[in-house]
Amino acid sequence: MEVASFVSVEAAIPDMDRPRDIRSTTREVITEYVTAAVVALYTVILLRMVLDWHGLFGSILIFLLVFLTVHYALVRQSTTKELATDRLTTTLIWSVGIIVVAILVWIFGFTALKGFKKFSWSFLTEDSRTASPLHDGGGVSQAIVGSLEQVGVAALVSVPISILTAVYLHELQGRLARPIRFIVEGLAGLPSIVAGLLIFTIWPKFAGVHAAAALGILMLPTVTRTSEEILRTVPDSLREAALALGAPQWRVVLRVVLPTAKSGLLTAAILGIARAIGETAPVLLTAFDTSIMNKNPFDGPQASLPTYAWANVRVPNQLQNDRAWSAALLLLMIVLVLFVLARAIGARGAKRLQGR
Amino acid sequence: MWDISSPTQELPEQEVPHQTRPNLGSGTPASLIATDVSAWFGSRKVLQRCSLRMEARQVTALIGPSGCGKSTFLRILNRMHEVIRVAKVAGSVELDGVDIYGRDLSVTQVRMRIGMVFQKPNPFPAMSIAENVLAGLKLSGTRASDKESLVEECLTRAGLWTEVKDRLNEGGMSLSGGQQQRLCIARSLAVRPQVLLMDEPCSALDPISTRVVEETIQAIADDVTIVIVTHNMQQAQRVSQECAFFLVEDQRSPGRIVESGPTAKLFSDPDDDRTLAYVTGRFG
Repeated sequence: MEVASFVSVEAAIPDMDRPRDIRSTTREVITEYVTAAVVALYTVILLRMVLDWHGLFGSILIFLLVFLTVHYALVRQSTTKELATDRLTTTLIWSVGIIVVAILVWIFGFTALKGFKKFSWSFLTEDSRTASPLHDGGGVSQAIVGSLEQVGVAALVSVPISILTAVYLHELQGRLARPIRFIVEGLAGLPSIVAGLLIFTIWPKFAGVHAAAALGILMLPTVTRTSEEILRTVPDSLREAALALGAPQWRVVLRVVLPTAKSGLLTAAILGIARAIGETAPVLLTAFDTSIMNKNPFDGPQASLPTYAWANVRVPNQLQNDRAWSAALLLLMIVLVLFVLARAIGARGAKRLQGR
Repeated sequence: MWDISSPTQELPEQEVPHQTRPNLGSGTPASLIATDVSAWFGSRKVLQRCSLRMEARQVTALIGPSGCGKSTFLRILNRMHEVIRVAKVAGSVELDGVDIYGRDLSVTQVRMRIGMVFQKPNPFPAMSIAENVLAGLKLSGTRASDKESLVEECLTRAGLWTEVKDRLNEGGMSLSGGQQQRLCIARSLAVRPQVLLMDEPCSALDPISTRVVEETIQAIADDVTIVIVTHNMQQAQRVSQECAFFLVEDQRSPGRIVESGPTAKLFSDPDDDRTLAYVTGRFG
């Protein structure tokens, strides 16, 4: 009711307080950007022609430098030094952001372009038994199953251990917290091939679970560190509230801290999985590779998407190389889905914490 | 309180295994007597030999300027002080004659019998309103026979029932600040404490919410002994019968109780000049 009357008052005196446009970009600003970009572009083209020079990254760098300089000079003409510097910083940050996004788009686009050719339903559902170097046919189902099983087992074992470690490090803060944190940090720098060699030395026999063991080792530091950061975001006031109600510490962790951090911990797990699913070297040493479907992770060599891509890209054959790119595209898509999932879950958790 | 419907629980009262347990959750107000309480954070002494009687069915207010150790004293009363790693304590606190730092009570038993409401409302974000009320039972491993009526009873006592009865399954964080604080009071009441400690419960609230919380305090004062820390001297006068004035001489020295007694006397005719200066607003 009040809102309605408020609106009618505003309608009666339309010009009294129309909102001022304070956000949209003015014509001058756009002109400055366009002029700077055109000047930079011409400079680069001229340089390339005069010097007969074809480097892509050099061109981009020169373009950026000229663009920033010209833009700063243009802005400086019409405003103070402080404001011009401010604009320069803004432009610089935007440029860096655009470059990063461009690199990502380039990687994904390149893979998609090359991998799209052999992407089909049968590529997902058939194994490579019928795949010949000369004819179409066959798929990567054995690699999909292998990847999912290996990473699944790794996550099943590694994620609970990682979260428990994070709980020990941040909630219990026991005597061993410092050495354990040191070891976890060291583990984060462990070359993946070393993890593979370690497992291969212990079990010199190919099996999916051995790959899972190696991947689990590699996931552990990622998930532990991320989980610890997540636990850090749970406010101490909640722990105090729970303690003041007469809860022993294990119940505080189980009933209050972990449920509050649930979505964040899930994100941590997905980050670890995304890291593990792309590993090639340790998988090659522990599960090797095969063109035949092997659903049993406990016995015999097992394929996975990275090893499939590796095996097919190293041969001088166009058809097999195309298949490798398709597998790479599939891998990229799986990781992308995992990340989007992690972000979505994280956002939902944040919303609940805000109470909406 | 106890789940008497299950056959294993049908024991006569005297056969309950732990001697200290029958009292737990009975919810009869108890007196708290602090004797020569001193406290340290590391090597820094923050409280010097504070003694205070907090009678059953009374509201005792702890007043004094910031940093004088009121909150530390309050946290010592339900053993929350020792949550901080470097914290140390001396002296004794007796709950109906039993030393809460002694062997007869565990830390968790002490905290169940002596509840606490904090300065900033802190409902559990991962729980609904109803779950928040019942959180204390879950967290202390106590089984309740009739959860729904317990939720209603505690929310009613905290003066929140009519506002939330239609949305008990919504998140605790969806409430306003004042409502959240009353939810925290309801949560504390659900474990049926004998004493309720309140650490500046209204300092994060607007005047209207403050009034509602104060009404809640007065309403529950018959069933539970209340000790409240407050910066607001009008509030101390409105809600408390007994009062203790804390003060630090200078920045280095620990806080002490300068004077304690009936609130009316402390505010109208205190024995100590410093108390008079503080309650009349000449400093602090």
